[in-house]
Amino acid sequence: MANWHLLTVEILTAALGLGLLALGLLVPHSDRRGIAYVATAGLAGILAVAIGMREASGVVLGGYVIDPFGTYFKILFLVAAMLTAVCSYDYVEKMGLNQAEYYALLILATLGMMILASSGELVSLYTGLELMTITFCILAAYHLGDAKSAEAGIKYLLLGAMSSAIFLYGLSLVYGSSGTTVIREIGQQVATRGASPALLLGTIFILAGFAFKVTAVPFHMWSPDVYEGAPTPVTGFLSVASKAAAFAALVRVFFGALPDLHNFWVQLFIALAVLTIVLGNLVAIPQTNIKRLLAYSSIAQAGYLLLGIVSFSVLGVGAVAYYAMLYVFGNMGAFMAATAFYNNDGSDEIKDYAGLARRSPLVAALMLFSLLSLAGIPPMAGFVGKFYLFMSIISRQYIWLAILGILMSMVSVYYYLLVAKAMYLGNPPEGSKPLQVAPGLQVAMVVSLLILFILGIYPTPLTNYAMNSAVTFFMP
Amino acid sequence: MINHAWLIPVFPALAFPIIIFLTRRVRPLSALVGIAAIGASFVMAVGVLREVLLNGVTMAHPVEYASTWLGIPGLLKIEAGVLIDPLAAVMLLVVTLVALLVEIYSVGYMHGDPGFSTFFGYLSLFSASMLGLVLANNYFMIFFFWELVGLCSYLLIGFYYHKQSAARAGLKAFVTNRVADFGFMLGFFFLFAIFGTFNFRELAAAIPSYQNTGFLALAAALVFIGPIGKSAQFPLHVWLPDAMEGPTPVSALIHAATMVAAGVYLLARAFVLFASLPGIMLLVAYVGGFTALFAATIAITQRDIKRILAYSTISQLGYMVMAMGIGSMTAGMFHLMTHAFFKALLFLGAGSVIHALEEQDIFRMGGLYKDMKVTVSTFVIAALALAGVPPLAGFWSKDEILAGAFDHGFTGLYIIGTLVAFLTAFYMFRLIFVAFFGDRRAGLHAHESPLTMTVPLVILAVLSVVSGFVGAPFVSHGFSSFVYYGEPHHIEPNYGVMLLSTIVALAGIGLAWLLYGRPSDVPARLAERYRSIYKLLVNKYYIDEVYLWLFHRVGLGLAEAFNWHDRHVVDGVFDGVGDVTRLSGHKLRLLQTGNLQTYALVIFTAVVIIALWMAAPVLGGVIQ
Repeated sequence: MANWHLLTVEILTAALGLGLLALGLLVPHSDRRGIAYVATAGLAGILAVAIGMREASGVVLGGYVIDPFGTYFKILFLVAAMLTAVCSYDYVEKMGLNQAEYYALLILATLGMMILASSGELVSLYTGLELMTITFCILAAYHLGDAKSAEAGIKYLLLGAMSSAIFLYGLSLVYGSSGTTVIREIGQQVATRGASPALLLGTIFILAGFAFKVTAVPFHMWSPDVYEGAPTPVTGFLSVASKAAAFAALVRVFFGALPDLHNFWVQLFIALAVLTIVLGNLVAIPQTNIKRLLAYSSIAQAGYLLLGIVSFSVLGVGAVAYYAMLYVFGNMGAFMAATAFYNNDGSDEIKDYAGLARRSPLVAALMLFSLLSLAGIPPMAGFVGKFYLFMSIISRQYIWLAILGILMSMVSVYYYLLVAKAMYLGNPPEGSKPLQVAPGLQVAMVVSLLILFILGIYPTPLTNYAMNSAVTFFMP
Repeated sequence: MINHAWLIPVFPALAFPIIIFLTRRVRPLSALVGIAAIGASFVMAVGVLREVLLNGVTMAHPVEYASTWLGIPGLLKIEAGVLIDPLAAVMLLVVTLVALLVEIYSVGYMHGDPGFSTFFGYLSLFSASMLGLVLANNYFMIFFFWELVGLCSYLLIGFYYHKQSAARAGLKAFVTNRVADFGFMLGFFFLFAIFGTFNFRELAAAIPSYQNTGFLALAAALVFIGPIGKSAQFPLHVWLPDAMEGPTPVSALIHAATMVAAGVYLLARAFVLFASLPGIMLLVAYVGGFTALFAATIAITQRDIKRILAYSTISQLGYMVMAMGIGSMTAGMFHLMTHAFFKALLFLGAGSVIHALEEQDIFRMGGLYKDMKVTVSTFVIAALALAGVPPLAGFWSKDEILAGAFDHGFTGLYIIGTLVAFLTAFYMFRLIFVAFFGDRRAGLHAHESPLTMTVPLVILAVLSVVSGFVGAPFVSHGFSSFVYYGEPHHIEPNYGVMLLSTIVALAGIGLAWLLYGRPSDVPARLAERYRSIYKLLVNKYYIDEVYLWLFHRVGLGLAEAFNWHDRHVVDGVFDGVGDVTRLSGHKLRLLQTGNLQTYALVIFTAVVIIALWMAAPVLGGVIQ
């Protein structure tokens, strides 16, 4: 009856996560490193399956949509999860806790994101959201005995629960005024019946819930505190993948169910985008901690992604998808560098990065080029991504918004280059040694670096995939 | 082979990082990587030319393939693509062949230089950029490689960066070219603004039916500024003589045979744009003709062997540009090809002499033919080819230009061209008689260069003799039915023109022999008698001095004014903006209290505000 094979990626991911939990109990304590490798290899295998299924489409059980758009994002989550796993080897070992649980949680969070990106129905969408949020609460607090990590976990839990409540309230209002939870059917209802005040209020609440997840200002305040306290690889994953997942679901809900209210919600998104871009970039300037700097920078990046939503076009959605993918490599690249540095020196302060280029050219180069990509400097991938985003709003006549975005990008170059200045022009402290970086992490670093260049120099194949996946929202 | 032509620039492009990052320490391996890469490109270029000839690829039916590099449907499309027609095929062969020979030569010439490996890396990068430029199928891509070629030129001129004059020459070349490139860039952006595409063939299809010639003329004039800079035409020629500060193989490859030809190549690629504008064509022709004469007159008084050759290059490039201007793309490209061979040979020969003597002033050389037989004899062959003595290569290509000028009724340009031919023969044989014959100067110990250097010389000498035959009038279906614009037009051999240019060339050689063939004080007396003219020529018409004066008086004066404006007005504003930005960052940061309750409050307040904002029209009853 049901075409279950379309769910292969989700089923494999769930099996991998649960299998790792079981494996953790069986494997002797001395040999825990193997679990990390199994997790990485498993993710790589699932990634290959997902890439093989990139053109698949169909609806499972009436409300779960498999389409190129969803699969594009699943590929993105898997890539991010793999990079996070590779990045975590030393870090988790240092924390000395149950490794199997850590990787299992990582993979279950990935599963939550997949459900979020593929749900064509509001209740399963909410389930995916909660699976992702709750696992992240645990992961953020994973550093037992570290007060900041505990604080991060608690803050994410409480504020996350609050935003979930608002989101859920919004869902119920939408359900109440349209009589269905299937996104496509809601769209039909709105098209025939028009908007009711309850529906509009529901829309606002749903938007607030998503805004919390993508860290749009003023719903962003949790993120710098959580990012700073959480274990660094988790922060990387949280900043990249959970944000991308929320954007995927946001596109599905707003473009799938509420396209007829487009004139209504687009103003909200413009307001959010402007606040997010301006505030994120300005507050990043005085930061002295690399993780907080990256937190504000990733707030600003979310603002740029919102521009793609504002444009409400194939180009805009395609640009969001493209930017989200390269953002994985750009931001994870920066977090990998930060993790490698923390593993050696135990510090996240930018001033301690002085002279890093001489201690580890690879780590410094990865950090530099990742930041340049985030700033949107050619020939890095970030330039192409921002180019698409700005073009998408320019083609909708929001010239002023593009100018604002470009101006704030220039501001961002300032604080990114402060880090570069410390790394390349500063002197390493007396008696400092070259960084020790595990071979696996080195490989991941080189791969990220290469991809940042490749996506910047030859963006066409990924662009085509991203743009084609976006078409589905604009078909009659 | 044609379908894999994109690999041609890829080989040397890969050689560059391999040499710089991997084999730098192992010198022979670096040279091997560089030579193997360009060798592979050469083999492919031969294959491409063969297929072009066999498969009937013509100017009207080229092979083109491209993928979108950066594109937004309906708004913008920038391609990365390959366009192969006979024009590109010939150019690929010339560039790869000369580059290959120069790299082999460099093994001997750069032997023992601390920058040996880096040198091969730069040469590889240069070859890759030049080949990319030749293959480009659109303006955007050609501009990209055009800039890359400029960058390589800067790196290689300033290769002996510890020498201040070399570093300055590099900078001068870069700045001069930047001025020209800016014009070029504006030009093709104009074209894009009018036609909405960068692609050569799409433009070629659209341009002839475009009515507003005023706009088109502006675009063409701006595009032409590019070749004026890169091909060293008056008044932007000043960088090329100084570029001789680079190692001599670089001079041979970049500043004689290939890079400077890029400007001429661009004229050929963009020919459809110029062909529709007679006024611009006339401008091009006269800029070329004037440059040819102007540089030739300077060359007759110079003493530095490389400078003489540099001015000769400028003069010959003037010929090519002139040929383009009179509408004969065939003649221009033909001369570009033959000139590449014999000018590379002249520079490599000069390099061989410099390598042996560590001396560049021809008046301190003499009698070299006894010690350096291969170098001197190949040099003489190249000089004969350049002077246009039949049946060597230069004779046929120069004749094609002169006959073209004569037939098309450009009598003035024809006279200029013939005069330049005379001067060319004169200054080349002045150099030869002074430097290579006569008595040995005391204290000079010349020796022949190693085989890695002399073998390329011999190969180039053969090419300098035979390469002209492909375009000689007695060859049917020669060069003119291969590379052309519009319809192939075969210029009928004009025996009058041929005879006159032969006489003129021999007369130039004869005059050089009379004045310099044996020790005499005639040259000195002449210089004394026409002192003012002589000084004018020796000082290259004081163009450098004029630029310097302009720069100091006008440029620096303006700079002073701008500086004041910058310091007091712009800096004030921008410092202010910067301060405000930073300060606002510091202030806004205070919102982040770390207090959970505050965060929750902010979120709720935001939701309420949004709801009220959106509800305002509903409450007012505006929304249905």
